[in-house]
Amino acid sequence: MDEIAALLEPLIPGLRRHAWALLRDNEAADDLVQDTLERAISRWHSRRRDGGLKAWLFAIQHNLFLDRMRQRKRRGLQVGADILADMSAPSAEPEDHASLRDILAALDSLPEEQRSVMLLVSVEDLSYEEAARALAVPIGTVMSRLSRAREKMRRFMETGCTTVLRRVK
Amino acid sequence: MTVERPIGEDDLQAYVDGYLPPERKAAVDAYLASHDEAAAQVAAYSRQREALRQRLSAKSDEPIPSRLRITNLMSVRRHSSWPGLATAAAAAGLLAGSVLGAAGHAWFAQRSTPTGTEQIRPVAQDAIAAYRTYVVETAHPVEVGASQEAHLVQWLSRRLGKPLQAPDLTGQGFRLIGGRLLPTESSPAALLMYEDAGGKRLTLYARPGSGDEPTAFRFEAQGDVSAFLWIDRDLSYAVTGRVDRERLLSVAEAVYRQTEAQPAPRKGTF
Repeated sequence: MDEIAALLEPLIPGLRRHAWALLRDNEAADDLVQDTLERAISRWHSRRRDGGLKAWLFAIQHNLFLDRMRQRKRRGLQVGADILADMSAPSAEPEDHASLRDILAALDSLPEEQRSVMLLVSVEDLSYEEAARALAVPIGTVMSRLSRAREKMRRFMETGCTTVLRRVK
Repeated sequence: MTVERPIGEDDLQAYVDGYLPPERKAAVDAYLASHDEAAAQVAAYSRQREALRQRLSAKSDEPIPSRLRITNLMSVRRHSSWPGLATAAAAAGLLAGSVLGAAGHAWFAQRSTPTGTEQIRPVAQDAIAAYRTYVVETAHPVEVGASQEAHLVQWLSRRLGKPLQAPDLTGQGFRLIGGRLLPTESSPAALLMYEDAGGKRLTLYARPGSGDEPTAFRFEAQGDVSAFLWIDRDLSYAVTGRVDRERLLSVAEAVYRQTEAQPAPRKGTF
């Protein structure tokens, strides 16, 4: 038990940051992390020993996040407003620099799959291989999503536009 | 002399993330020095990466709320066997406040999985029907008696294709009297019967094919017969009886503890 705590707890700040970046709601983010940790504890003995613990935890959290999004979608229109509020509205903190808010707005301009790669690689410091494992996609997919995400965010930051024009090469 | 591989987009990304080995980084530096567009791109990506990290750092710098402490999560799990038990307890009007507090309770209440609920409904029907059928039986309540417990457990395990065990419920005042095999639509089910000193009986019903996803304890009642149900390691369990919820819950908890403690194979350390 001490072993589990010793291995898991150092990763909790990152899990919370990631959950918050995805959900933008303190309570919902910690709910997601709690779910993730409970699942990790209950499957502790069946985890793969060869892979990294970090990638495994982010894989659990990512799957639980997708489950939630699917559930919300299934529940349909009556919670539409909540989805919008939870999903895209960065918490209004007037003291924030405009530039700091912008980066989250830029992040929000990405589709979910690009956003996840962007966050895992740029913020959570997962290697490309770990990100591939966490998201259950090939490493080439991680690389192409990352390229697209960064380019899209760059254009967003430069034009300040919410609609990013798709340029055909 | 090796021919330099052309610079690719993957090099630029790895440059931004600091994953390039020194020689390759030098090659990319040289490339960027003569390619303004790519240099601007990479600079923008690096700024973006830094801005994102900075913006989100506040969240990871916060102290961890106590509900996320591993020791707390594990002690909830240990004391109530399974966090979902709190849901059942809340449903049964027990424990909720004392174990979790209001906030925890609200959270547990909203997270019961719909799939688990759907899967467990027919199990509840079958388990309660089996209870009603066999528990009143005086001549042949079981097919194999407790005197042949090892054989009983082996036989049922083989027929269900899952390692079963007959939990020891003497701590709850019930002793095993035996068990039987039951048909269900998809696969056979096992029914174990227990009796207390006063002749009160309860049954433990188990059947496979419910998926790996463990569920919360669920409480079901039909008339005067009550059941606690859950799924664990691809087996659906139901503890059924005409006993009060508190006592039934303590039995369900004991069964969960014993079935959970069972295999958990350790293959080396992490």
